[in-house]
Amino acid sequence: MHRATTLPPPAEALAGTHPLRARRGHAWGEEGIRRALALAALLSVGITTAIVVVLCGESARFFSHVSWREFLIGTRWAPLFEPPRFGVLPLVVGTLHVVVGSCLLAVPVGVGTALWLSEYATERGRACVKPVLEVLAGIPSVVYGYFAVTAITPVLKRVFTGTEPFNSASASIVVAVMILPLVASLCDDALRAVPRSLREGAYAVGATRREVCLQILLPAALSGVTAAVVLAISRAIGETMAVSLAAGNLAQLSLNPLRSIQTMTGFIVQVSQGDTPAGTVEYQTIFAVGLLLFAMTLTMNLVADAVFRRFREVYE
Amino acid sequence: MSDVILLGSGGVALHRRRRAERWFQRAVFAATMVGLVMLVVLLTQIGRQGLTWLSARFLTAMPSMNPHQAGILPALVGSVYTVTLTGLLAVPLGVAAAIYLEEFSGRGRLARAVEVNIANLAGVPAIIYGMLGLALFVRGLQLGRGVLSGALTLALLVLPVIILASREAIRAVPSSLRQAAVAVGATPWQTVRHHVLPAALPGILTGVILALSRAIGEAAPLVVIGAAGYVSFLPNSLHDRFTALPIQIFFWSGMPRREFQNVAAAGILVLLAVLLSMNALAVVIRQRAARKLRWS
Repeated sequence: MHRATTLPPPAEALAGTHPLRARRGHAWGEEGIRRALALAALLSVGITTAIVVVLCGESARFFSHVSWREFLIGTRWAPLFEPPRFGVLPLVVGTLHVVVGSCLLAVPVGVGTALWLSEYATERGRACVKPVLEVLAGIPSVVYGYFAVTAITPVLKRVFTGTEPFNSASASIVVAVMILPLVASLCDDALRAVPRSLREGAYAVGATRREVCLQILLPAALSGVTAAVVLAISRAIGETMAVSLAAGNLAQLSLNPLRSIQTMTGFIVQVSQGDTPAGTVEYQTIFAVGLLLFAMTLTMNLVADAVFRRFREVYE
Repeated sequence: MSDVILLGSGGVALHRRRRAERWFQRAVFAATMVGLVMLVVLLTQIGRQGLTWLSARFLTAMPSMNPHQAGILPALVGSVYTVTLTGLLAVPLGVAAAIYLEEFSGRGRLARAVEVNIANLAGVPAIIYGMLGLALFVRGLQLGRGVLSGALTLALLVLPVIILASREAIRAVPSSLRQAAVAVGATPWQTVRHHVLPAALPGILTGVILALSRAIGEAAPLVVIGAAGYVSFLPNSLHDRFTALPIQIFFWSGMPRREFQNVAAAGILVLLAVLLSMNALAVVIRQRAARKLRWS
């Protein structure tokens, strides 16, 4: 052993012709591959940049025709009429209809599902319910739109007189079904991350499961649950096909969930279905609305991330 | 927490607490059943309206303004073309990015920034990607409102999903495998190429299939770049107007004539069949991989 290590290195190795050297020798190849891979990773940054540049660029042209004040404070949205009106408020209120409605339905049901999954269900129960949630999450948005139009709206019409053929209640219900799996599985994760000792401490002093759930687990998992709700809001804001089928295309300021509304995404779809020549104000309008949509969902995602980070700090 | 102890005193209180417990258990169970019931109602509705309209003629016919003659062929072909092209574009890029982030980048500030960026991209609404595709590919590069623009747009949409799934698969490969390769003199790329990638492949494939099944159901970005609702020919080139399954379903669902609801339901059955077979493929790959590779 000792003799082997004191031998001088073979001459071929120094000259770069040693077989090992030859195999390892493509330093430029290694470096080239590394660079190509890095480029692929940087592409994602390019996509983000492109989104921001495209949305801001077209919006800038839009705002050279329309003032910020009219866009943000105006209460009438009629960009395709003569004279055009560009108050985005009806679209924002339309989107809020769907967000508030769907969250009011999906959050209690989703948190309830999560509590059952993490505290009451047997292994078999979990194994039955989890796939159901996965299937619900995997069904395309447009299928939910069909469901709203053909099943939910007719039921609403029978129950509430004065229900319009397109209405925000139907859209809210169907979006609630879509975000239910998200809320349920994220809350389930948050509840399961609460240390066992907390549960056992409570049971030891005689708490019932309800008391453990409501007084121990939910407060302990609050930041995880909050993050789930914020992500659900973000999803509901960006939801497009189901909402545009169910809620209609009438941009009006109204608080009545049985009337037709238009969301921001619904407007973008409506304009896209016509042939929009580039450079016209209506073409630029969808980018201004898109920019607002992007800003809203990005804010929600960042908030969810910040809340979630706090929650992870607690137990790790 | 002091509430818990206070509530524990007295027989009547105990009786009341037990009743509350029973009601609470029923409530959370009922909440769990809501999802299940919704799924059953949804599938029943689709089956009831769609099954009788599903036929060989429906699969091979062109769309029509007459619901009894409407077929889904151009949408089916358009979807297959688009998703195949999306996969060819997004999978190599996504896997390459994942390899870089897991195996080469280290823990620098740049890598962290790229990571945050990808996580945020995954949360951008699909319709925004459509607007990006409209401005970039349809208007900017003049690629037309065809399969190519559609596939490029969907590729941008699924790229973050593929990167996230591939990273998870690569991270699951035990580091002993890498150490063994490096110990016998493999370069970093040789380690990845011959050891890490083959071991991570089943996981990557599963993620890819799930990402592509998301792409096949996505309608919003395609509507924005201008995929048409009524196309009575098969695309001859990458730039021809085209349609896809979810777009066709969207237009049928929005038609005023009631019979079109049945046509839409039949279209949904076709879409769900495609999704189901893709997911079955993912399950098969996962199970075969689990049998082949054991880490412990």
